[in-house]
Amino acid sequence: MQASLDLLFTVAFWGAALRIATPLIFGVAGAVLCERAGVLNLGIEGIMTAGAMTGWLAVHFGAGLWGGVLVAALTGAGLGLLLAGLTVKLGLSQHVSGLAVTLLATSASYFGYRLALPAAASPPRIEPFRPLDLPVLSDLPILGPILFQQTALTLLAIAAILGLGLFLARTPLGLAVRAVGENPAAVEAQGIDVHALRIGAVVAGSALMALGGAFLTLSAFNAFFFEMVAGRGWICIALTVFAGWRPAKALLGAVLFGAFDAFQVRLQQASGGLVPGQVFLMLPYLLSIAALLIGARHASAPKALMRPYIRGER
Amino acid sequence: MLLFGEQHRATNSGFVAGREMDLDRLSASRRRVLAGIGAAGVTGLMSGPAWAAKARPVSVALVASVPIEQQWVSRIHLALKAAAARGDITYVYSENVANTDAERVIREYAEAKKDLVIAEAFGLERPARKISADYKGTAFLMGSSFPAQAPNFSVFDNYIQDASYLTGIVAGKATKSNVIGLVGGYAIPEVNRLMHAFMAGARSVNPDVKFLISFINSWYDPPKAKETAFAMIERKADVLYAERFGVSDAAKERGVKAIGNVIDTSSQYPGTVIASALWHMEPTIDRAVAKVIDASWSAEDYGPWSGMAKGGCSLAPLDPALVPQAVIDQVRAREAEIRSGAFKVAIDDSEPKPTA
Repeated sequence: MQASLDLLFTVAFWGAALRIATPLIFGVAGAVLCERAGVLNLGIEGIMTAGAMTGWLAVHFGAGLWGGVLVAALTGAGLGLLLAGLTVKLGLSQHVSGLAVTLLATSASYFGYRLALPAAASPPRIEPFRPLDLPVLSDLPILGPILFQQTALTLLAIAAILGLGLFLARTPLGLAVRAVGENPAAVEAQGIDVHALRIGAVVAGSALMALGGAFLTLSAFNAFFFEMVAGRGWICIALTVFAGWRPAKALLGAVLFGAFDAFQVRLQQASGGLVPGQVFLMLPYLLSIAALLIGARHASAPKALMRPYIRGER
Repeated sequence: MLLFGEQHRATNSGFVAGREMDLDRLSASRRRVLAGIGAAGVTGLMSGPAWAAKARPVSVALVASVPIEQQWVSRIHLALKAAAARGDITYVYSENVANTDAERVIREYAEAKKDLVIAEAFGLERPARKISADYKGTAFLMGSSFPAQAPNFSVFDNYIQDASYLTGIVAGKATKSNVIGLVGGYAIPEVNRLMHAFMAGARSVNPDVKFLISFINSWYDPPKAKETAFAMIERKADVLYAERFGVSDAAKERGVKAIGNVIDTSSQYPGTVIASALWHMEPTIDRAVAKVIDASWSAEDYGPWSGMAKGGCSLAPLDPALVPQAVIDQVRAREAEIRSGAFKVAIDDSEPKPTA
């Protein structure tokens, strides 16, 4: 046991935790943004899959890595627009619309992949993002290997979620987004377009989610596979609640989950086969439930979450 | 949500009521006719299927639970495409079919009068066997760890432990730290069997070798497989058994060696993948197709047709630049013993445990 606890203090461990957390950081940032504006985005799993596919496909066809990132973001934004049309403009059930977007986006990604590469015996590989080698920063003790020898997308994810926190807390537009998730009628009374704000939030949030998917195919790995998002989107939805809809806490939650997963992998190998491997596979989820119990007891959801706003209706 | 559930139930009960009424209205004469059909069905069942010789090409359908790029299924797909190219079969496939939906898809192909339906029964043993009983005129060849079922349900599996054992010899000789890491998808017989054979091969040439073993509980999560492999490399593993995509990538990034499984990836990871155990589905498919054509189909275990003696598996060519000639000679000697039957690789389907 001592040996497994020692693991927690190695640089490699925290580097791995942050790598595992990166898609979750993007995803949870997107989910927080959507939900703070009052829209539950259950399209996340499909949007991540679509981002993973289109981003990778763009790079495969020669768009360059950042081109791929852009394509993924645009794909996410497009799907976000669809979801916003259904949930904000038409005021449909956010659960049903979200799941529909997930099913549509997932299947369309697989279909698009087959159309683009009908005869691939094994999926073609791309040259993915390399770990950064920044002057000074990458050579810092401890912090260097953990934070600055990651790929660029990991730093972008952290910057995005911290930026989102500042945006929501410190800018007038951020205040309006928060208000539209709490009391849209009051926002309307200020002469601000509720629908435009919510659509904007869902589109931007979905673009962030898609980047989480793109990280998987452009950075963590170098090819697209069916089902490779593997439930990461749903974890982001849970993380949003865990974080009490706060970006900084969401970052913490994502890293914590990444650490649980990295710990799980190492513990499974250190156990010497005494404990069934499935117990360790369960561990991140059990620990997440425990963290949820402790962390989210006092969290309050945005008041207008999942309530469509129809002008003139009380 | 509740309202939706209520509505759903209401529609259901309405449907049931309607059916009951229909049955009540069945006239006596129709009942007699139905009974007659039932009796005919029973006699048909007793006499067994009458296979008739078929002209080439026969129709073959593959139902796969994963995309055809997946290592395992890609080998089946390849053999079927080759048979189609020869003009022996007309070939269609459905990929990425969830286990919960596979029964419907298999039935649809049986209904469409395909001569041979190939699928994976791992996740749906009971329904799959039931389907074969419902369509006795169709030949079924199913991936399964269980026995064949008369009259028409044959089974196959990737019994390539012979080749895995040989890659184990290469790995046992290649490791300097005496730690070998194995990353698997799920601990199921198909995976366990090959891991055990691989470990036995490594132990046969290096008794000091220790094994790290992890399962990621997914067939398709390369980033996770890669992270797991990184964790093993941190624990001094310098040869990795790449059961899943992602492991060889980790090996390449960290400059350690990898052993391929089922498919040959050495061209994608030059200098990293030093040996691969290959599965060849051709002997199985060719035999199955021939038996459909000449009307001699029977419930049979095709497992041996994946063995080395029948050409169902092989070791990808070893590169003398990566593997010392002495080791290559040792592997070749063992291979000859396996082919001649002088040496048998043990089959162990239990979950492998780490020893390091």
